[in-house]
Amino acid sequence: MKTAYKQLQRHLLLLVAVLALGACSTAPVQQGDAVIEPSFSADRVLGDDVAYVSDDISDPWEGFNRSMYRFNYRFDKYVFLPVVNGYKTITPDFLEQGIHNFFLNLEDITTFFNSILQLSGTKTVQTTGRFLVNTTVGLLGFIDVATRLDIPKHDEDFGQTLGYWGVGNGPYLVLPVLGPSNVRDGVGLGVDWFVMNELRDELDMKDSEELVLDIMKAIDTRANVAFRYYETGTPFEYDWVKLLYTTKRKMDIEK
Amino acid sequence: MKRYLGFLIATVWLSTGWASADAYDFPIDNKFLATVVGTPPEYRAKLPKKIPLKHRSITIFEDREVPEAFFFDAKLRYSQALQKGPAPLVFLIAGTGAAYNGGKNVNMARAFYQAGFHVVSISSPTYMNFIVAASRSGVPGHTVEDAEDIYRVMERIWDTLKDRVEVTDFYVTGYSLGGFNAAFVTWLDETKQTFNFRKALLINPPVRLYSSISLLDRMLENIPGGIDNFPQFYDRLVEQLTRAYKKSDTVDIGEEFLYQAFEAVNPDNEELAALIGVSFRISSANMAYTTDLMTDFGYIKPKNVTMTKNSSPSEFMKVAHRLGFTDFYHVYFYPYQKAKNPSLTRSELINDMSLSSIEDYLRSTEKIEVMHNMDDIILEPGDIDFFPRVFGDRAKIYPRGGHCGNMDFRDNVTHMVNVFSQQEVR
Repeated sequence: MKTAYKQLQRHLLLLVAVLALGACSTAPVQQGDAVIEPSFSADRVLGDDVAYVSDDISDPWEGFNRSMYRFNYRFDKYVFLPVVNGYKTITPDFLEQGIHNFFLNLEDITTFFNSILQLSGTKTVQTTGRFLVNTTVGLLGFIDVATRLDIPKHDEDFGQTLGYWGVGNGPYLVLPVLGPSNVRDGVGLGVDWFVMNELRDELDMKDSEELVLDIMKAIDTRANVAFRYYETGTPFEYDWVKLLYTTKRKMDIEK
Repeated sequence: MKRYLGFLIATVWLSTGWASADAYDFPIDNKFLATVVGTPPEYRAKLPKKIPLKHRSITIFEDREVPEAFFFDAKLRYSQALQKGPAPLVFLIAGTGAAYNGGKNVNMARAFYQAGFHVVSISSPTYMNFIVAASRSGVPGHTVEDAEDIYRVMERIWDTLKDRVEVTDFYVTGYSLGGFNAAFVTWLDETKQTFNFRKALLINPPVRLYSSISLLDRMLENIPGGIDNFPQFYDRLVEQLTRAYKKSDTVDIGEEFLYQAFEAVNPDNEELAALIGVSFRISSANMAYTTDLMTDFGYIKPKNVTMTKNSSPSEFMKVAHRLGFTDFYHVYFYPYQKAKNPSLTRSELINDMSLSSIEDYLRSTEKIEVMHNMDDIILEPGDIDFFPRVFGDRAKIYPRGGHCGNMDFRDNVTHMVNVFSQQEVR
């Protein structure tokens, strides 16, 4: 029974590999031998010794990343968002919120073990409190009782744990469907996913149940992110997303 | 005697009553702060959270070839919220570099929808998607050409609605550059007459575009050490935000958090002015690079270089953020216009791109009203007098609010809606 789901995962991996191989160059195409000087060329405007905010972000796989960024846009447009919109239309608001709370509550497991790994007593205690209250009184997390009781919510993952222990970002990486990341956070996602999977195996969930849960989680996550690809009004969107993602993660690690 | 005294007291009491009813209690005195943070939540007009605002997209030019790098922007995006029965329709035009679904347009849509209007919300002609999908020339910034582009967009959208929506009257409004655009759109409507706008409201418009863009360019000089030190400025900003973030209970960096963060960080006037400068610089960079690719002018990108879908514009991005609106004006916009009209001088163009160029019309028409602020930062000293001089009673000037900072404030929203809805009652 496990095979169907595993096969799906293998197909996804294959797709990524194909995209990676098909990734084209990021260089513009030039006609003729010599560049016709623009009014303001980079040579003329940019000084050699001037630093830029994005200088510290390494992006050696930009060709692949940009291709993946466009793939995500198309996936969003033709698959993800239509499904999300359908889900939002048929689901009453209170149920939508309940489902969202349910997944947020499950995420507290990830936050819990990463809070321990970051040696934070406060976060560990508060997250344990949240999880216990929400799972019991909050009916498996559907009602966020903990927030009404003013127990603060934290958001820790293994990428942040690595950052806490001094691991750098590594190269920027655009993941399929999930979007902006980097090598450190990508590894972090893998570890968090592995831990959750081990826990699920303990629960003896059926293959089909796991699949439904994963799909529901994906839909719920997308439904709660306002971002729309290529609608930010800037021709430099890829670069802005890279900068803002990196900045936000830096802030998350410090928090 | 006693009777007179009583009368006197009553008069004084009444008149103070009037005075306080008339007093304007927008809470932020600092024009830079008002411009950056807007209206504090507890002072905002009460508006419905959910209105049936639908996102739509439309092809404006069937034969348009969109540059490969902008493959995603071939259609113009806009939004509409329609009443069930017959109602007046208001078009909203966003400000410099802003989208139809930016915060200010969405709040205006809420206010007008609540007041019983159909609402159609359109991006600024300086917004990337508009330049790519809806600008005939691909070069924004010209008063008449922008008005023609906006008018065409309004007509196309109206074409999709007119068979199924009953409209009693048409109105148009916009803020900042969108207010400026609204004036020229109304002026154009006098000859085109598709809509015969009943009224137009200009919210915080510039008087002379060139003066405003010069002021905004200069605001970047408030970055300590100038634009060369932007990375340090950015790092310090992030540091301050992080400090506030660590103290807060939220794990989201949304509007609410940013509001708290501002109170905690308490930036000074130079920092605020620098932030305003940065925000407009980003708009100017987006606009300049987009139009450069549309016309192959050779402003930042060499003419014989083509950007593919996958090409990295990172170097061009750095250059674009080094250049201001005034650079664009002198090196791109003026030569571009002069090529079409060889006798055009630089100062003529500057004077043409101004409300004064249609001053006689603005003075004589009863249709156009203005809502503005005494301390708006995009106006040169004394420029605010243009409005009472030309519009008379049709100009409402508030004592505070900076540039569009009070647009969500109760009194302003009431005034904004009344300008149109009192027409409907009459």
